[in-house]
Amino acid sequence: MKNLITMIKPAILLLALPLITGCSDKIAVLNPQGPVARSQYHLIIWSLIMMSLVLAIVLILFVYVLARYGRKNSKGFDPNDTGNRKLEIVWMIIPVIICVLLAVPTVQTLYALNHPPKATATPAKLAGKTLTIDVTSVQWKWLFRYPDQKIETVNYAVIPAGTPVKFRLHAYDAMNAFWVPELGGQQYTMTDMPMKLWLQADKPGNYDGRSSNYSGRGFAHMTFTIMARNATDFDNWVNDVKQNKPALSLNGYKKLLQPDTVKPQAFSSYPKLAEKDLNKAQMQALEAGKSTKNDSMQGMKMDKNMDMDHNGKGGHHDD
Amino acid sequence: MIESIKSFLGYFFVTGDPMIYGADASIALASIGIVVVLTYFKKWKWLWEEWLTTVDHKRIGIMYIIAALLMLFRGGVDALMMRTQLTLPNLHFLNSEHYNQVFTTHGTIMIIFVAMPFIFGLMNIAVPLQIGARDVAFPFLNALSFWLFFAGAMLFNLSFVIGGSPDAGWSGYAPFAGAELNPGVGQNYYVLGVQISGIGSLATGINFLVTIIKMRAPGMTLFKMPMFTWSILITSVIVVFAFPAFTVALALMTIDRLFGAHFFTIAAGGSPMLWANLFWFWGHPEVYIVLLPVFGIFSEVIATFAHKTLFGYAVMVWSMVAISVLSFITWLHHFFTMGNTAPVNAFFSVSTMLIAIPTGVKIFNWLFTLNKGRIEFTTPMLWALAFIPNFTIGGITGVMLAMAPADYQYHNSYFLVAHFHSTLIAGTVFGIFCGLHYWWPKMFGYLLDERKGKWSFWIFMISFNICFMPMYFLGLMGMTRRMYTYPAGLGWTPINIVITIGAFGMGLGFIIMAWNIIWSAIHGKRDTTGDPWGGRTLEWTTSSPAPEYNFAHIPEISTRDPLAAMKEGKTGDLRKSSKPYEPIHMPNNSGIPVIMSGFMFIAGFGFVFEWYWMGIPGLIGVVACMIARSFVYNDHHYIPVDEIEKTEAATGRLS
Repeated sequence: MKNLITMIKPAILLLALPLITGCSDKIAVLNPQGPVARSQYHLIIWSLIMMSLVLAIVLILFVYVLARYGRKNSKGFDPNDTGNRKLEIVWMIIPVIICVLLAVPTVQTLYALNHPPKATATPAKLAGKTLTIDVTSVQWKWLFRYPDQKIETVNYAVIPAGTPVKFRLHAYDAMNAFWVPELGGQQYTMTDMPMKLWLQADKPGNYDGRSSNYSGRGFAHMTFTIMARNATDFDNWVNDVKQNKPALSLNGYKKLLQPDTVKPQAFSSYPKLAEKDLNKAQMQALEAGKSTKNDSMQGMKMDKNMDMDHNGKGGHHDD
Repeated sequence: MIESIKSFLGYFFVTGDPMIYGADASIALASIGIVVVLTYFKKWKWLWEEWLTTVDHKRIGIMYIIAALLMLFRGGVDALMMRTQLTLPNLHFLNSEHYNQVFTTHGTIMIIFVAMPFIFGLMNIAVPLQIGARDVAFPFLNALSFWLFFAGAMLFNLSFVIGGSPDAGWSGYAPFAGAELNPGVGQNYYVLGVQISGIGSLATGINFLVTIIKMRAPGMTLFKMPMFTWSILITSVIVVFAFPAFTVALALMTIDRLFGAHFFTIAAGGSPMLWANLFWFWGHPEVYIVLLPVFGIFSEVIATFAHKTLFGYAVMVWSMVAISVLSFITWLHHFFTMGNTAPVNAFFSVSTMLIAIPTGVKIFNWLFTLNKGRIEFTTPMLWALAFIPNFTIGGITGVMLAMAPADYQYHNSYFLVAHFHSTLIAGTVFGIFCGLHYWWPKMFGYLLDERKGKWSFWIFMISFNICFMPMYFLGLMGMTRRMYTYPAGLGWTPINIVITIGAFGMGLGFIIMAWNIIWSAIHGKRDTTGDPWGGRTLEWTTSSPAPEYNFAHIPEISTRDPLAAMKEGKTGDLRKSSKPYEPIHMPNNSGIPVIMSGFMFIAGFGFVFEWYWMGIPGLIGVVACMIARSFVYNDHHYIPVDEIEKTEAATGRLS
């Protein structure tokens, strides 16, 4: 039955997946480098095992009925075999059990991901410490603002390894998604809803990130690097940026907000305005508010909206 | 003056790309060719009287399928262009803007202008015949549905050469698709083209719901209906409930774009996420709108060629009902990663997983229909059999995607792309090809060639796996959808080469199928019996192609699979009846649907360019057509008995 072999082939490929992953670290999702990615990896492998089981049962039955009841050698043809309540109940209950076995860890992981991962950095003084980074997606670049260190980087961010990092996600214009597969799954960036994403790297290293939600012409180039360093190196890097990099001027900041692709860069400070996390419409209203009277009304309206965003619906997503 | 004309032409026509000029030329040549052929063979009157004005469900079905096949060709060319661009890293076959337009039109065309009309075509052909009716409940509305779909499809496709194509993806997410970030006419084509064809889809849903509820042959209770008819009944209910959400979403987006409102904008408190909610509240049920009918087709074909009654009929029906209910409470799984709280994501994770239960039950029931059967490997049966393992792979990866924390890693990656192509190709595409081969003799009176059919099946099916299986790995490696290019050195290149080979293989399979259609039109084996496959349901009792009135006598039904029961000698002859013929009441043809849709096209085109001097008269024309229709009193005729006798005698059915 040559026909059958070609039919089963994709299944064999899929079942061989765990084997292939053993040989390659190119498969980022299956090469977790932090506790968040690892919890998702465990879920993926667990579901893969359960689903391979289902696929195996279907394929075995499929091959069996085709081999046995293919026309030429069909023995036991029985046109009156039109239903079997007991069997039907069996194959209704088994999927229910499988769903429960998958749903329980799914929900557990979901709730766990709300909390910061457990820090693994060694020096005792780091225990309980976290780092916060404000991430803003702009067509087609990533801005990283360190509110505690008062520095800003573009298209790369340095984080201390072993320390939970809270990424607060915003969008300046189009929706994007912030994804570093080796450290953990993605979250969208949106103008109307700030969100947070906890990530943590086990050990120092560079981890590729990219936008995973299409946002226009430069989308494919919207990549960034998360560089995990040990605690000392991280502090040294912060000091180095503070001392040796230029300040980000208001005009420089506004230039970064124009749709374009840019090279990775770092700044020793950022303008006060950046802290407001204005979106494109709010920024335009602010600019226009200075020039004409008519538009300043528009600007006032915008401010109200902004307050709503920050105190109202944004609130519970932020913490 | 000349300068302003020049600048207008530059804005009106898409310029600067030699491929587009090629397309311009070929569109012009094809149009001239059609006009010349029709004029030379004096076929204009025939075209108008037999096709453009027809309200016959069989002809409307054929027109749906022809249009869907043409659209499939265009969507397929889009796919091959994308695959060519992605074969190797850093290629410049398409630039970013062009690639973005191509993936947008590929997605929109394949779902809205291929999958749905193809299914509407097959249900138009088969449902009235399966339930022993002479037409659908509202034949005029049926013609209008088709022409609205056609007007919407033509409007959408025009964007390719006039004005520029949409480029925000088939899901058209705000705020990127809004006027703030996406000015120009491209997205206007999307909202208006899809809206116009959507009105037709909604009308089709209502039409078939009423047809199946009200027009079944005497004795055919709901639980004696063929499974395909059941699937269409449930699909129609989904259409009626899901489409209004999309209609509203598109209308709001149109108002945003054309009149500066703020439903989905960044500015003035608009909510971009609201678009995602409304879109997927339609978009997820839409998946089942194109899947449940093919479940019905597979049920018919598997039962026919296993020579057995469908295993577990009642459970098959109830599992479709369960799927239809669940389909409305899973939409949020399309954006688990949009900052929902854990309880919300937990609810939608579980509701999505639950769909696997009724779907799994159906898979096992199909396997047990095959069990103890006498399986005949015809072309339609091959498509149906291949569906089982291939669709199961799409199904299980769907369960994996349903687990929200894991989805954070799969979302928008090629893993997702692989998953939905596994379900939509192994499900919908295999299904419509299966139905096409199965009902072809009923449509045209001859069979498609089996040898060529099997070649196209094997090439398409194997290439499909070569194309989409590697994509799962590509997604886990971090490649996201909608990237127009990728850098070297990530290990993605060899996989992308394999995928492109698979894509062209599928193209080859499709070409063989097209060749088979042309070849069989000339050399195909005629179907003189009306029952070429040994069918089990009513459509195979009438002649092929079915006469205008479908059944000279409305059959009386006492059992499921009435034709199979008749062959086993359990009931009387359904083909012949000793009762005398009576004149048959049939609806008149009408030119109003095609004219009205023409006005709709004009209105849509006007609004795309925000030319209200054109859009508003177009709408007035639509209303005028409605008024004109309400004054048509003479809308039916009777087929006289001697004509029925002549037709029946010609197929040897005169008793």
